[in-house]
Order: sequence, then structure tokens, then C-alpha cells
Amino acid sequence: MNGPGDQPTNGGAGDPQNASAGSMPDWSEGTEWLRADGLASDVVLSSRVRFARNLSGFPFMPRSSRSDRAEVLELCRQRLTEPGFVEGSGGARLSWVDLHRASRLDRALLVERQLISKQHADGKLSTGIGGADEPRGVAVSLPDERVGIMVNEEDHLRVQVISSGLDLQGALERIDGLDDRLESHLDFAFSARFGYLTACPTNVGTGIRLSVMMHLPALKLTGEIEKVKHAAEDMSLAVRGHHGEGSDANGDLYQLSNQTTLGKSEHVLLSEMQGEIVPQVIEYERRARTVLLERRRAETEDSVMRALGVLRYARLLQASEAMDLLSKVRLGVMLGLIPEVDQTIVNTLWLHSEPAHLQRVLGHEMNQRDRRAARAELVRTRLAL
Amino acid sequence: MLCQRCREREATIHEVTIRAGVPTSYHICEVCAAELGMTGNTSESIAELLPEQTVTTPEPVKREAATAKRAQSCGSCGLTFAEFKRSGLLGCEMCYEVFERQLAPLIERAHEGGGHHVGKVPRRALDDSRHAAQPERLAALLGGQKERAERLTELRKQLERAVAAEQYERAAALRDEIRRASDPDEPSEGSLGEGASDAGDDDR
Repeated sequence: MNGPGDQPTNGGAGDPQNASAGSMPDWSEGTEWLRADGLASDVVLSSRVRFARNLSGFPFMPRSSRSDRAEVLELCRQRLTEPGFVEGSGGARLSWVDLHRASRLDRALLVERQLISKQHADGKLSTGIGGADEPRGVAVSLPDERVGIMVNEEDHLRVQVISSGLDLQGALERIDGLDDRLESHLDFAFSARFGYLTACPTNVGTGIRLSVMMHLPALKLTGEIEKVKHAAEDMSLAVRGHHGEGSDANGDLYQLSNQTTLGKSEHVLLSEMQGEIVPQVIEYERRARTVLLERRRAETEDSVMRALGVLRYARLLQASEAMDLLSKVRLGVMLGLIPEVDQTIVNTLWLHSEPAHLQRVLGHEMNQRDRRAARAELVRTRLAL
Repeated sequence: MLCQRCREREATIHEVTIRAGVPTSYHICEVCAAELGMTGNTSESIAELLPEQTVTTPEPVKREAATAKRAQSCGSCGLTFAEFKRSGLLGCEMCYEVFERQLAPLIERAHEGGGHHVGKVPRRALDDSRHAAQPERLAALLGGQKERAERLTELRKQLERAVAAEQYERAAALRDEIRRASDPDEPSEGSLGEGASDAGDDDR
């Protein structure tokens, strides 16, 4: 399956073989998961599939020496940067970034774009071992950023594919192909009983995590979000904020993902998530939006317009405050209350008002106070009448 | 391994009990299990059901326990189980074999009772071992007879639950999985996305 962004048109990637911190793309565009099209994109921002793999014959990350890590990194990097590794992209390659050579700001940008985990940016395992100079990297498909492959995170390989809207099936098909191409040259640690073997036993089996990023402002306003969270947890799904583990649901963005990976095939998992659970949550959110419009129109309109007002006139904005206000504005857009604002603007502002992006867009590092002022100015300009 | 009760048939039911820190294993066959009135869901241990004199720890098991005691660290990466308990992370692929007995119940709990892998098997590795006609490598990927039987049992339980909860889409996917698992020569063929229907949402 080819995403519309598969053709290497935007440039900016530089020569992938020489790509390092210095020749990183400037990340000025919106990213795949904020493109805001695709199935059910009024509620589902993006679908993501991830898996974990380890190379057979090498110790897992917690017990690997620096030279083991360097060797694993080199093996994976060679495979990933081979021409044609990413299918259907006319010879385009994944762009490789050595994270142990990247600047702190570049690493923070990759975290905000959901291409690497916070843990990978810091180079530390959950046990606290490691540091910024540990040999590790990430391969990113450019310009679409749909494929991201972390090397030497908690496992040797953590692969993710993102699609806009609800498209877990498409993402799963694509990641399956990537897995086969990786495995055609690399031996993975695998056992008949436990499946793909991972450093943490909670990831064994298929090693697959399906997740959807959902915008659920109406369920939050009607107070039904807690019910949905409990129901999801009863079905052993994890409900997290948009930055994953341990993050709050800033901007009413919730990430739903499966917690168990053993004893359930990829097919069954998909039928559960895409066939049953996610459509239900979408339905609840849509119903709550209708309720807001029909029964609490004045209150809802007031809340949306106040948010828009603050965003248009504030002089200092905190990141979390901006996220929450933008969420209300996005709800207003979806309800047709503010036809002059486009949802892509809101989605892009969500990303660009995060600290690292803000500094990248404005071209220099800033302290927290200056960031608040810069954030307010950015939002004000983009949402100006 | 022969059944400890009849000493005739192959033992297929295994149990490890730990008393005063000493693990003792019991192994009996299905026929004896049925005669002892053990069902799949029994909470009684084999030790309680077997007559006193048969509950002796056989020699090989004693040796095994002794090695297990000594081998509290992985021979390949040196990780100890105590270290794993502290960090939650294993050190290498061999750890799964070395600590299998301690890990299995933890893993099952973490995966809602799922104890056996169902799903994708490395395709190239599978093709290679088929072409080279290497039954050992093939078994390492697909599991032996016992493993396959356990996998099928797990899948059938899941199917029962799905049907009882009227989750028909899931049930259909499980039926496909059971078909695949019953025919180990054709595991997970076709692309992964296949077989699941669309969510049925209108595009907006």
C-alpha cells in the first residue's frame, strides 16, 4: 500500500547515507498522524502499529556491551538504508539518524513527532542504565514519516507504521512487509512457545501493539470519558495520553492500545480493535457531539468561542494550556461552529506549539518564559481573523 | 517420560510443587489422570491424588532440581532471576529457556492467560528449515506436538468466550486461527491484514 506521501518530492532529507544530526530535515511540515484525513478522521487522528524484535545471537539491550550495541546498530543500519527497503517509493530510502550524535533539540523534535520514544531520545533503559552517547539510531521514511524504526531502544528493533485516520489494517499490512524484509537478512530471537522474544516479557508473542490516537473532547465535556476508559481497561486496553506511557490526556487526545501480545494472533487483535472496540468509541464520541449540539448548544458554543478568543488574544501561553484550548477549537470546527478555521491548522498548531518545534520554527533555543510568549504569538498569527 | 503411576504410558500432565523451597515434579498420563478424576480445571494437585508410595521424587528430577538451584543465573548472559525481578528485563534469548519455569506463570498473568504464541512465525527462517528438511529447526519455530495441542486448546477457549459474548467478528478470526494452527504446515500464510473486515464507519 502506498501512502500519498511516498514519493520523495519534498526533498529536505539529504543523502540518507550521510544523514546525521547535521543534515536532518527541518521538520517544518505537519506529520502523517496530523494530516487529518482518512477514515473517521473526525475522531481518529491516526492509527499506529508497532512491533519489537531482537537479533538472535546478541544479548538483549540490558546485558549488551557497547561493542554489541555498535554491531547491532551497524547490521540494522545497513539493512535499513539499502535501496528499495521501503516499498513502493521509487528507490527512496529510509533516512537514518545517529541519535548518539544528534543534538538535544533534534532528539526532542523526533519525540514530539512521535518518531522516537522519550527513552530512546535519552538513550536510557527503564532501569536507568545508559546515556545520550549510547550507540542508537532511528530510520524515518521521508517525507511522509509513516515508517519509523528505532534501533537499540529497549529491544534491538522497534518498528512503527503510522496511518492517518482509522487504518490499522493498512498499517498492519505495511509493517508485515517491513518485518519480512528485515527478517530476510537478519535472524530474530524466537521461540515456538513465547513467539518473538523481547527484553521485557510483557512484549513477547507477536510483539505487536495496535494503537489509535483519538480526539474525544465531547466525551470529556459530557463526563462520559471515565466510563469509556473503564470499559477499555476491562477489555485490557491501555488508555494513555498522546505522548504514551505516563502522559496525561492533554488536548483530550487519548491513545488506545492493546496490552497483551501473547496468545492472540495479529488477525484476532485487528478484528478486536478495528472491528469492535474502536468503532464503538467513535460512535460514543459522535453521539456525545450531537448531544452537545442539540441540547447544550449555547454552552458548547460559548466554550469553543472563549477558547478561540484566548488563543487569538493571549500574550503568554503554556504548552498544556494551548493543547487544551486547541482541543476546544477543533471540537468547534468539527461541529461546524467556526467555519473559518480549518482543522489542519489546529492539528499543525498542536504539534508546532510543543517546546522543541516552537524553537525549531523560530530558529533558536529559548527559555520557558520566552517560549510562552513565542507560542502565543505563533498561535495568534495562525488563527488571526 | 513415563507416567509415575502406571509406569506404562507417556506422561502428558506435569506439575511442579514447591515445598519448603524444594521443587518436586509429578508426571502422569492422561488415562491415569482420568482415573484419578482430574479434569482440566482441577485445583487439586497431582501429589494429593497419587497414592503415598508413588510420590517420590525420581532420580532425574532430583538432579534437575539441583541444577536448577545452581543455575540461578543464565549461562549465556549471566543474568540472575533476582536481577530480572528487580529490573523486569531479561538479558538474552536464552533467559527464556533457563527461567522458563519461573517466567511462564508471570507471562501468562501479564497476557490474560495467554501462554502460547499464536500468529506470525519468521517466514524466511521457516522456509529455510523446510527446504533444508531440518525437523529440529522446524520444531523450534512451530513447536512440538504437545505445544501445538496446548495452543489449540487455548484458541478453542478463546473461541468459546467470543461466541458466549456474541463477538462474532472475533470468533470468525479465531476460527481461521484454529484452522491454521491445526495445519502446522501452512501457518499464517497470506498477508496479516487479511481476514478482518472494515470498521464500517463512514468516511468523513
